[in-house]
Amino acid sequence: MEEKEITNLTDEHQEYVINMGPQHPSTHGVLRLKVSLKGEIVKSIEPHIGYIHSGIEKMCESITYPQIIHLTDRMDYISAHINNEAVCLNVEKALEIDIPDRIKVIRTIMSELTRIQSHQLWWACFGMDLGGLTCFFYGLRDREKILDIFEETCGGRMIVSYNCPGGLMYDIHPNFQKRVKDFIKYFRKILPEYDQLLTGNVIFHERSKGIGTLTKEDAISFGVTGPTGRASGFSCDVRKHEPYSAYDRVQFKEILFDEGDTFHRYLARIDEMWESMKIIEQLIDNIPEGPFAVKMKPIIKLPEGEYYQRVETARGELGVFVISDGNKNPYRVKFRSPNFSNLSVLNHIAKGFKIADLVAIGGSLDLIIPDIDR
Amino acid sequence: MRSIIEYFKEIIFGVWSLLKGMKVTGSYFFRPSTIVTQKYPSNRNDLVMFDRFKGEVIMPHDENNEHKCTGCGICELNCPNGTIEIISQTIVTEEGKKKKAIDKHIYRLSMCTFCGLCVKACPSNALAFGQKFEHAVFNRALLIKQLNKPGSKLKKGVE
Repeated sequence: MEEKEITNLTDEHQEYVINMGPQHPSTHGVLRLKVSLKGEIVKSIEPHIGYIHSGIEKMCESITYPQIIHLTDRMDYISAHINNEAVCLNVEKALEIDIPDRIKVIRTIMSELTRIQSHQLWWACFGMDLGGLTCFFYGLRDREKILDIFEETCGGRMIVSYNCPGGLMYDIHPNFQKRVKDFIKYFRKILPEYDQLLTGNVIFHERSKGIGTLTKEDAISFGVTGPTGRASGFSCDVRKHEPYSAYDRVQFKEILFDEGDTFHRYLARIDEMWESMKIIEQLIDNIPEGPFAVKMKPIIKLPEGEYYQRVETARGELGVFVISDGNKNPYRVKFRSPNFSNLSVLNHIAKGFKIADLVAIGGSLDLIIPDIDR
Repeated sequence: MRSIIEYFKEIIFGVWSLLKGMKVTGSYFFRPSTIVTQKYPSNRNDLVMFDRFKGEVIMPHDENNEHKCTGCGICELNCPNGTIEIISQTIVTEEGKKKKAIDKHIYRLSMCTFCGLCVKACPSNALAFGQKFEHAVFNRALLIKQLNKPGSKLKKGVE
């Protein structure tokens, strides 16, 4: 039978606009995507953000520097520790304090544990987005082990609040080293299971290979960082290019791929977990002795000026920009969040693919919505 | 001919990859103890939280109903959300001196973000974190707590 085309309507009218979100399970939060469809093909995506806008940047202007920590915890809540580290490093840079090695090493270990648990959660959710519920259970089971380490040392599981300007809130727990070593031993055995379960799966291959390809040029012009950018060949690892804390004394590889499709964004994160484990193994046995915090004044005042510090969170480059007018409160704080830039590329890479692929592409970008809205 | 071989190869590879995944899940089916993390509601009676766990802010009292809070208000200043409110009163000590002392230490659990700044900043270690974490109540007013117990007084030697 001949296919009949509706000719009396313009192209614009043939488009079908649907709302994905704000309450859609695959957006992992309250992100609303206005998707224009032609049949099943995505024509354009317009992200509407601000559903969970909490005004963190503005709130920072009325509180002191140690108090900012509890707000950055809630920005990118999956990599809370690394966000806190960014603020602390910025304050310490402004005050020109020398941080003892012990603090640097503990911060690095904690950051890498945060990165692993973030990628585990991402793996779990990504598998679930593509229809494999088993991944979700297995990923969360392994993440629980890291959360227990956090709970024992920091007191919190996700919202750790462990950093403070000048060091750490408390010293590490006596069990910390043993628990981390046990976890590394356990996870080295478990990670190949992830590959058997999802990486080699034929359904997963069909749904991710060649989907949502992002070129290196586009990654650079959109400012896409983190594993998403590195899967496109954009060498953007802040840990390598501008080492902070103890990253200058450890050996690790920056994971780079050239393809830039959903499958390679997946591989980049899996490989990063291996690299993070390598970093932790190099540091865990030789944590130097020393104080866990530098003695700070009760009221921290930054000298007048502008300060910028960037760190590599689990999703990309986070920048903290502080303008100080010499008071105990910052004059202005700006966060350059990785997720906001990563979201901006979604329209570009998902165009022309099916709506079911949009879930896979969105999942592979690993978006955290409170970090976008701030 | 070649395309047919490719076609069957793909089918065999697909089935093989699915079987590999099912081997993992199947192996866990026969050793369920390695996959279960916690049986939470049923292990409630013997559930021990870590000693640093931030459940709620408490003010430890000793057996004589004495606490260490002098009512200086540093915790109130350090709290980012106005969770803590200190209502102080003036008392007359045994020597006849007038002295500021704590009347009520109000703690609003509903506003607390468990950042730990109050506990860390307290100069006399009067505050600590409790391990209780099941805070659900039917009335919001129940979340406003008074940390110093009624009739309690300041421990001797704490200034």
